[in-house]
Amino acid sequence: MSAQHLHLTLKVWRQKGPRDKGHFDTLQVRDISTDMSFLEMLDVVNEQLTLEGKEPIAFDHDCREGICGTCGAVVNGRPHGALKGTTLCQLHMRHFQNDDVIAIEPFRAMAFKVIKDLAVDRSAFDQVIQAGGYISVNAGGAQDANATPVPQDRAELAMDAAQCIGCGACVAACPNASAMLFVSAKLSQMALLPQGRPEAAQRALAMVRAMDRMGFGNCSNETECEAECPKEINITNIARLNREFFKAGFGSRAK
Amino acid sequence: MNWLADTLTTSIGKKLLMALTGLSFCIFLSVHLAGNLTLYGGSALFNAYAEKLHALGAVLLVAEWGLLLMALVHIVTGLTLFWQNMQARPNRYHVNKSGGGRTLGSATMPYTGVLLLIFVVFHLLNFSFVDKSQTTIYDIVTQAFSNPVYVILYVLAMIVAAIHVSHGFWSAFQTIGANHPKYMPAIRALSILFALVVLFGFGLLPVYLLISA
Repeated sequence: MSAQHLHLTLKVWRQKGPRDKGHFDTLQVRDISTDMSFLEMLDVVNEQLTLEGKEPIAFDHDCREGICGTCGAVVNGRPHGALKGTTLCQLHMRHFQNDDVIAIEPFRAMAFKVIKDLAVDRSAFDQVIQAGGYISVNAGGAQDANATPVPQDRAELAMDAAQCIGCGACVAACPNASAMLFVSAKLSQMALLPQGRPEAAQRALAMVRAMDRMGFGNCSNETECEAECPKEINITNIARLNREFFKAGFGSRAK
Repeated sequence: MNWLADTLTTSIGKKLLMALTGLSFCIFLSVHLAGNLTLYGGSALFNAYAEKLHALGAVLLVAEWGLLLMALVHIVTGLTLFWQNMQARPNRYHVNKSGGGRTLGSATMPYTGVLLLIFVVFHLLNFSFVDKSQTTIYDIVTQAFSNPVYVILYVLAMIVAAIHVSHGFWSAFQTIGANHPKYMPAIRALSILFALVVLFGFGLLPVYLLISA
């Protein structure tokens, strides 16, 4: 299928800095190839803006392969756009029609401050990881296979949780700006494996407390996070986080 | 007891309080409905049920105070969560679209909850805190539902209750950590079924009484 060229109307959120109120700018964009990714489309727009002597749109991006978790914006009300299981960099312009109006906003949450335009500060996630998203022992070199037996289905579950790239779409999608899907994935990848068990109770308490401290909202099981997650992380992880937290809070000596 | 307060005041702890009190209300609703169905048996059966219920004495008193305590926990915690969730996103999106996760029930929980609180107060004033020395509870109920305004109000309230329960029931299981691919589809189906039981079980009674009056 040969590439087509689109004319688009962009309504882009422009915000000079964290303290600026921000507003929408309407831009007319021509000759956007349907083979471009959404970020490449923004690159073209930025070139055009720069040539016109205007400020380019600030947006986060890094690998552009859908695995780093750096990019992300809310496109027409959907984090990473409407395509399921896809990051913004992997969303291609062939999913849009000629003369479409596209609204582009940053991820919005108390815990995610807008730095500029579409770029948001997601260091609140780092704080949660620093609180307990690790194991304290030195893993050392690769050990003999099956020295620590892990059933295949359990390894798969841990791997599913470990797919989380920490992009923040779950927070952006949640009507309550809750970070439960992210925290549950980062906890589950370790709670499911023997290496993660010794510190499981302390980890659950520390990560949940850090999450609350950062100002994320409370989960009300709307399941919007699961629907929007580019890695399709399941809410069974949230149920596991709840179980691990109750076990730690009611049934362990961890403080 | 610090550990208890520390655990219950976290976001997940508050959700646990909502889930446990909410599930208790589901059990209460089932018992309440079973009792109400005796209305179809007429005056003698319903009055006999009411008499036997009140003959429980201390047991009933403990249950009533227990329900009141759980209601207070459910309301205070629910409003706290609602307020905190508003704070968590100070700047709203200009374009809002669901990814397909939300339901009518999940999106309206705080609002249907407040409406139900108003209804419960209204309901208690109608049938609980009334002088029953000169009349029977059957007469009070049938007289109230001979008025179409009451019937409409009660049916509307049951629609609200069904919407609230349709999300609350399965959500409580998810919150207490009971989500497994083996039985979650059944719990979600049961949630809808329970909502329909609440809607038609309670909702048809006033209509029946109005028609038969």
